Amino acid sequence: MLDADFFRRWMTAAAAAVDREAERLTALDSPIGDADHGTNMLRGFRAVTAALEKEDPATPGAVLTLSGRQLISTVGGASGPLYGTLLRRTGKALGDAAEVSEEELAAALRTGVEAVATLGGAAPGDKTMLDALIPAVDALAESFAAACEAAEKGAVATTPLLARKGRASYLGERSIGHQDPGATSSALLFATLAEAAGE
Amino acid sequence: MKMLINVAETVVADALRGLAVAHPELTVDVENRVVVRRDAPVEGKVALVSGGGSGHEPLHGGFVGLGMLSAACPGEVFTSPVPDQMVRAAAAVDSGAGVLFIVKNYTGDVLNFDMAAELAEDEGVQIAKVLVNDDVAVTDSLYTAGRRGTGATLFVEKIAGAAAEEGQPLERVQTIARQVNENARSFGVALSACTTPAKGSPTFDLPPGELELGIGIHGEPGRERRAMMTAREIADFAVDAILQDMPPKNPVLLLVNGMGATPLLELYGFSAEVHRVLAERDVAVARTLVGNYVTSLDMAGASVTLCQIDEELLRLWDAPVRTPGLRWGI
Repeated sequence: MLDADFFRRWMTAAAAAVDREAERLTALDSPIGDADHGTNMLRGFRAVTAALEKEDPATPGAVLTLSGRQLISTVGGASGPLYGTLLRRTGKALGDAAEVSEEELAAALRTGVEAVATLGGAAPGDKTMLDALIPAVDALAESFAAACEAAEKGAVATTPLLARKGRASYLGERSIGHQDPGATSSALLFATLAEAAGE
Repeated sequence: MKMLINVAETVVADALRGLAVAHPELTVDVENRVVVRRDAPVEGKVALVSGGGSGHEPLHGGFVGLGMLSAACPGEVFTSPVPDQMVRAAAAVDSGAGVLFIVKNYTGDVLNFDMAAELAEDEGVQIAKVLVNDDVAVTDSLYTAGRRGTGATLFVEKIAGAAAEEGQPLERVQTIARQVNENARSFGVALSACTTPAKGSPTFDLPPGELELGIGIHGEPGRERRAMMTAREIADFAVDAILQDMPPKNPVLLLVNGMGATPLLELYGFSAEVHRVLAERDVAVARTLVGNYVTSLDMAGASVTLCQIDEELLRLWDAPVRTPGLRWGI
């Protein structure tokens, strides 16, 4: 079973990964975006870490809901509402149980990813974060490690795609040949989930 | 890249502190990133709130004041503001007559303003929205995030602002704002990329002998790159791109907008060429505005915005306005 501590470890690991990878995320966002994805995610996850320390939420659901709210209030851009919604909806789906099973987390994350798809209006293959999130959630039934691997594969597979949503879409065919920064940060989220699980 | 800043992290807050000291007629909440007309809420008046990423100054903070915006919410550089800012702004300016959100069509701006609208309505503020999407460079709207909001934002904010100042109700102000947007089209070109303070180097690589056609206002590359053209050729290209999309039946308002690093000397010369080609295409120009209004940091280049108007819209355009960035009739 997964308790609030597990989710706190996940969010802390995610914050550390964003810190480590911020420059790479911003570099990916330069040719097809506006060169700020790393900076924005860094601001958001620093707020998440600070809020978790200050408020010390007691349940898995509360950890994710609080984290999502911080992202919405600090990131801005499209990433803020999208990642914020992902964590908030996942957290809400977990309810107020003190511990949740891996299956419950997988189901809750699917709810979260569906909310992201609804909010952003993107479909798989549009070269967005969904291209990492959807395969990851699908693989979560197997293991955290499999989900991490699927997310990474999904992010890499965005490179040859033509962007149909978000700022990269304005480039049309010139968006081809670049890995999507949002899919890349989504892969980080699943890599750190596996890390928190010790896989 | 040398910049006249302290550190990248504080550029937005530093600029807001500067706006506050230069314009005591505005209330600037630096911590919460909200710029408000000092006399807000104005009894019985519909309030206009806009916002977006910073780096487009004087848009939007410089358009707060009598006859234009009631409040503006500046985000980080090229990053939309967060919902908390718009909720705070709406609460500060609502007199009970409702608030119009003016939103440029970018995924982030749309999502954050939508979330803010929901939250503000929960607090009892009546919210209406208008989406600005005037950029004709985005052709394939079905398979993209849609057309970007650029120069027409100034026309929407000025004309809807005048309607609100006269005491017109929310629904009517929203209709006028939509009418302005539907009748406005823009096309922009870049002679250089821009440099965001956080990144410190140009957002894309544009060789010295080339220009980007069909750019947005966030340092994102355009649709097409060509060998450098003359002002005359660029004017032909930009105006024809707009007229192909919207052949005007009425006279137009013309905005010849600098992207930030192009001198007014060049902008006025370019403006003459734009007038020349419009005359050749039998388009009557009712009013012309030339200057840096919807900028993209230190990008060199310009955009052209045309807005078809009727007598009512022209009257509202000519109505008095007093903001840091736009001021006449008072």
